[in-house]
Amino acid sequence: MKIKKPLSGLISVICLIAVSAWAADGSKTMSVQVKTTPLRDTPSFVGKAGATLSYGDRVEVMNTQGPWAKVNVPGGLTGWVHTSALSSKRIVLKSGQETAQTKASGDELALAGKGFNSDVEGEFKKQHQNINFSWIDKMEKMRVSSGEMQVFLKEGSVVPKEGGAR
Amino acid sequence: MSYRTIFNIQLSTFNFQYWILGICFLLALETATPQILDALSDIGAEIGKQTGALTPEQAGSIKKAGSAIGKTFESITPEQEYYIGRTVGAVIINKYRAYDNEAANHYLNLLGQSLAQFSDRPETFGGYHFLLMDSNEINAFSAPGGLIFISRGMLSCCKNEDALAAVLAHEIGHVEHQHGLQAIKKSRLNSAFTILATESAKQFGGQDLKDLTTAFEGSINDITATMMNSGYARSCEKEADKSAVEIMKRSGYDPNGLTAMLMEMKKRLKPDGLDFAKTHPSPDSRIADITQWIGPYQQVTMPINRQVRFERDAGKN
Repeated sequence: MKIKKPLSGLISVICLIAVSAWAADGSKTMSVQVKTTPLRDTPSFVGKAGATLSYGDRVEVMNTQGPWAKVNVPGGLTGWVHTSALSSKRIVLKSGQETAQTKASGDELALAGKGFNSDVEGEFKKQHQNINFSWIDKMEKMRVSSGEMQVFLKEGSVVPKEGGAR
Repeated sequence: MSYRTIFNIQLSTFNFQYWILGICFLLALETATPQILDALSDIGAEIGKQTGALTPEQAGSIKKAGSAIGKTFESITPEQEYYIGRTVGAVIINKYRAYDNEAANHYLNLLGQSLAQFSDRPETFGGYHFLLMDSNEINAFSAPGGLIFISRGMLSCCKNEDALAAVLAHEIGHVEHQHGLQAIKKSRLNSAFTILATESAKQFGGQDLKDLTTAFEGSINDITATMMNSGYARSCEKEADKSAVEIMKRSGYDPNGLTAMLMEMKKRLKPDGLDFAKTHPSPDSRIADITQWIGPYQQVTMPINRQVRFERDAGKN
């Protein structure tokens, strides 16, 4: 049975989409989707933190253990990253980095800084000068290191369940 | 007609390519993400254009609308969630004054950021940060992405660190499940994603920025109105309580702290209050759910060192 040309084209395109979607799910390359996250030497928040990975960094996932992924970073470093810090999307930091027309709304690619971003926040601030962001900026500086957390829990005799930290 | 002939006819009718098409279509639907829906709308528009059924303008408009279809709060990237959260937080802290007590806020962050490690979503774009509000209302809010605010009135419902841990863990639960983002109206997301779909890599400016800011402002209003006035759905509160129990168990705090806090809150809430009395299910109904998960309430016993630091550092006085 002969299939009309447009239908044949449609079949090929749908097959391509299906196969690429399936392949994307099995992909082992992921991007860091948070501002920064440390590369740890064990799959735990107690693990000693080494190099810091930044937003958009690409990592090769070697294997996973619970919610932790053992990753290779270009340059030869290896360590553990929590999977909530990773995305299967490729994150493009600046429009200049990607020469092709990027479809940032797609699932495979995210253009950093697109959509609700600092420009939109700036425009919002212009329109709402009565809303002060200074406490929000102060809050973001309230950071507690892994070491401080361990000391805090220990001093309070708080004993996490084994393997409890996600 | 022999069986063999019938079989051959069926084979030729059910052309192999159709089988492939069917299987692939099912695969495509199975894995249908916004990206695939985008692609399918592109294909539909292209075919319509090539067969002359649609003008290029009509095809363009189908592609544009198709790109926004199927997009939900889940299509909001962690970076965008961060910016939404910053502004939601700013609105909250302009309504409720911050409690400017460095030691108390440091203690709150030690406790809160430690607990967040034990959630199913320990990493957000900008991380978890906690702040006390100088208000006697019994209230707590979590902005998308992890900015969490606790009133001194809520603090007074906590007799010990485990009870305070329960309050913070409940708010972390809201962040984990993205309840704030779920409060954004679908129409608002559609307009934002339509603007984003029409513009690709180029920088936003002029009218696009204004339109996007309008959608942003609307999203902030949707979230803050839900948090402060109507409250989240009962199912969301249950989900946050369940996460709180889980976080407490994993971290080593006693989940009975959540029940203890709710019992104290019940004594202090005024029925016509504009705080948790208005936006949350009654403490009794929450306690009933928690009892199902952890059994009947058992009094929380506290190591002396934990109680001493709570009394000293939490900023209750």
